[in-house]
Amino acid sequence: MIDAISVSGLVKTFGRTRALDGLDLTVRSGEVHGFLGPNGAGKSTTIRVLLGLLRADAGTARLLDGDPWRDVTALHRRLAYVPGDVVLWPNLTGGEVIDLLGRLRGGHDPKRKAELLERFELDPKKKGRAYSKGNRQKVALVAAFASDVELLILDEPTSGLDPLMEEVFQRCVEEERERGRTVLLSSHILSEVEALCDRVSIIRKGRTVETGTLADLRHLTRTSITAELVSPPDGLTTLPGVHDPDVQGTRVKLEVDTDKLDEVLKHLTRAGVRTLTSTPPTLEELFLRHYEDEAPAGMAR
Amino acid sequence: MNALAGTGQLLKLGLRRSRIMLAAWVYALVAYAASTAYGFKSLYDSAESLRNFTSGINGNGATVAMYGRILVPDSIGGITAWRLAALGGVMVGVMSVLLVVRHTRGDEEAGRLELVGAGVVGRRAPLTAGLLVGVVANLALALVTAVALIACGLPAAGSVAVGLAWTIPGLFFTAVAGVTAQLAETAQAARGIALAVVGVAFLLRAVGDAARVSWLVWISPIGWSQRVRAFGGERWWLIALGVVVAVAAVAVAYALVERRDLGAGLLPVRPGPAEAAPSLRSPLALAWRLQRGALLAWLAGFAVYGAAIGAILKGIGDLVKDSSGTRDLLAKLGGQRGLEDSYIGTVMGILGLIAAVYAVIAVLRLRTEETAQRLEPLLATRVRRVRWSAGHLLFAAAGPAVLLGVAGAAAGVAHGLRTHDLGTQVPRMFEAAIVQTPAAWVTAAIALLIFGVVPRFTPAAWGVLAVFLLLGQMGPVLKLSQAVMDVSPFTHVPKLPGADLTVTPLAALTAVAVAVAAAGLVGFRRRDIG
Repeated sequence: MIDAISVSGLVKTFGRTRALDGLDLTVRSGEVHGFLGPNGAGKSTTIRVLLGLLRADAGTARLLDGDPWRDVTALHRRLAYVPGDVVLWPNLTGGEVIDLLGRLRGGHDPKRKAELLERFELDPKKKGRAYSKGNRQKVALVAAFASDVELLILDEPTSGLDPLMEEVFQRCVEEERERGRTVLLSSHILSEVEALCDRVSIIRKGRTVETGTLADLRHLTRTSITAELVSPPDGLTTLPGVHDPDVQGTRVKLEVDTDKLDEVLKHLTRAGVRTLTSTPPTLEELFLRHYEDEAPAGMAR
Repeated sequence: MNALAGTGQLLKLGLRRSRIMLAAWVYALVAYAASTAYGFKSLYDSAESLRNFTSGINGNGATVAMYGRILVPDSIGGITAWRLAALGGVMVGVMSVLLVVRHTRGDEEAGRLELVGAGVVGRRAPLTAGLLVGVVANLALALVTAVALIACGLPAAGSVAVGLAWTIPGLFFTAVAGVTAQLAETAQAARGIALAVVGVAFLLRAVGDAARVSWLVWISPIGWSQRVRAFGGERWWLIALGVVVAVAAVAVAYALVERRDLGAGLLPVRPGPAEAAPSLRSPLALAWRLQRGALLAWLAGFAVYGAAIGAILKGIGDLVKDSSGTRDLLAKLGGQRGLEDSYIGTVMGILGLIAAVYAVIAVLRLRTEETAQRLEPLLATRVRRVRWSAGHLLFAAAGPAVLLGVAGAAAGVAHGLRTHDLGTQVPRMFEAAIVQTPAAWVTAAIALLIFGVVPRFTPAAWGVLAVFLLLGQMGPVLKLSQAVMDVSPFTHVPKLPGADLTVTPLAALTAVAVAVAAAGLVGFRRRDIG
C-alpha cells in the first residue's frame, strides 16, 4: 500500500531559525497517525509544507503520491484541513463557512453535515465573531468531517473543546478510520493520541525523535511498581533494568524497563508478594523523557 | 472593590497604544487650522476683499450648507473660525469616536479586556480610561490649535475659543462613543452607530444653515461649535454647556455599563442564515461578501461629494462676478470657463487620490486575510492563490473606476441641473473624473507588488500613496523638476476638462499597472504564506 504522507529530511528555515531540521514522517494509508511535539517543535510548519503553503528548503515531501507544492488543486480535492487556530470571518455565520469550505473543496454531503452539527451541538446561525474558541473549532471540524476526502490533516483540533465534545471528536475520528480514511492528528493531548492513534511520531526541535506503534514505543518506557513483600528482597536493586529503587524493609517501590518486567516480577514473587500495584507506561512518560532537558527552559517562559 | 480601580494604569496603556494615531490626528487637524488661517491671511489682505468674500459665501446656498454662514465677517480670525467649525467638527468627532471605541469595545471584543479585567480593575475603569483617552486627545488638540493660531498672528482670545469650540463636538462624540460601545457587541457596530450620529449632527446643521431653520442648528453640537463666535464676542458659556451635555451622556454610558456582562452588548445580535446562499461558492463570492459593505459606503460618499462639487461650481462664477479685482486676474486665466476648468481639474485630481486610497485598502485586504489566518483554510481547498487574490483584486480594479464614474456623473447632474445643460455637463464631468482611474490602478498595483514580494512591508503602500500626494500638492510650490514630478502616476493624467483627452498616457499608466500587478502575483505564487 502506498503511504499517504512520506516526508524525509525536510528542512525549513525562517531567517536564522531552523524550524524543520531534517524531519522524517511516514503516514500509512488508512491509519490514524499521532504527531506529537511541544509548542514550537515544528508540527504546524510540517503541516503547512504538506499543504503547499510553505516551500521547503531541502528534503522531499510526498502527499497522496503528489507534490504538495506543485499539485495543489489535485491534492486539495482529496484532503481536508483543520487549523489549530480557527479564525472565522466576523460577518459570516458558521453554517455559511461550513458550506463555503465544502464547496471550495469540491462538495460535501448535506446529510452528514446536519448530523455532525447535531452531534457537536453547534448553532450554525451565529456570526463568526460570536463563537467561542471551541465553537470556532467545531465549525472547522464539521466542515472537515462532512467532506468526502481520503486524508484529514488536523492540527491540534481539540485544544478548545470540552471533555464531552472531545469524546464526540474521538468517535468521529474512529468512524473515519473505519471508512478507511487516513488521519494525521497533531496534538499534545496525550490521552487523545493514546486513544486514537495507530502509530505516532514524536518530534522535537524540527527533527523526528521517535516513531512507531504505541506498542513499539512502550518498549522504550518503564513500568512503575509498588509492592509489599513477605520478606525483604535480595539483590533487587542490582537487577538489570531497575531504576530508582526505594526499598524500606518489605516495602518496595521501583521503576523497571518494560522489557525487563518479567525477570523483576519473578524476583519479587520469590520474596513473596502481599500486595502489588503496577502502573503501565504512559505516552506522557515517554514524552517527558524526551523533553526532560527542555523543561527548565519551559518553566522560565 | 472600587469601581474605578486601575483606571490610571489603563489610561497610560491606552495612551501608549494610541500614541501614533493620536499624534497623527492632532497634527493633521492643527495643520488644517494653521494652513487655513495662513491661506486666508495671504488671500484677503484688505477690508474690501474680506467683505467681497463673505458676501459671496453667505449668498451661496451650497457653501453655506457645507461650512455654515460666516458669523464674524470682518476679520481673518472670523473667517478662519467659520471655515474650521463645521468640517473640523466632523473630523474631531471622527477622531474621538475612533479613539474611544478602540479602547473600550475594541479591546473588549479582542478579549484583551478580559485579560486586564482579571487583574485589579474596577467595573467602570475600562470605560473611564477609554473616555479619558478621548478627553486627553481633545484637550491636547484644543491647546495646540490655539497656540498654532496665535503663532499665525491671530488674537489670543479668539484662537483659544477656536480650539475650545472643537472640544464641543469632540467631548460630545467621546461620550456618544462611550454609550455606543456599551450598546453594540462589536467594535465595528459601535463605531458605525457613533459615526452615524456624527453624520446626523453634520446634516442637521447643514440643513438648518441652508434653510435658515436655526433650531436645527442648535440641536447639533457641530452647530454650537460654530456659534461660539470666536474673534467676535466669544460665547464662552457655550463651551461650558458643551461640557455639561457631554457629562450627561457619560452618565448614560456608566448606567449602561452596570447593566451588562463583559463581552456582551445591550443590542441584540441577529442570527444569520444556517446555510450559505447557493451563490457563495467561489473566492469572488466571498470577496464580494467581505468587501461589498465598504464599497457601498464609499460609493455613497463619492456620490455625495461629486454632487457637492457640481452644486458649488456655479457659485464659483457668482463669486467672481462680485469682485472686480479678481475678475481681471481671472480673465488672464481664461475667464469664467478657465476658472471652472481648473477648479474641476484640481478637485478631480483629489478625487483620484481618494479613489487610490480605496484601491489600496482593497489590496491590503489580502494581507489582512493572510495575517488573520483566514487565508490558510481557503488555500487548503482547491482554491489556488491567484484565484483567491483575484476576488479581492477585482475590487481594487473596478472599484476606483466605479467610484470615480459615479462621482463624475453626480457632479455633472448637479451642475447640469443648475445650468440647465445636462447633455454637456454630465459627459464633461464624467470624463474629468474617470481619467484618474489608471493612476489609482498604478498605486494599487504597487501595493500588490509589495504584498507579493515583501509581505511584511505591505503597509508601506500607504507611504507610496503619501509620496504621490505630496508630489502633487507640494511639487508646484517647491518647484520640483518635472523628472521628480513624473514619479507620481497622477502627474500623467490629462487635466480635464481644460486639457485635451489624450489616450497615450492613460494607456501607458494602465500598462504599467498591469505589469506591476503581474509581477506582484508572480511573487505571491512563489512565496511562503503566513
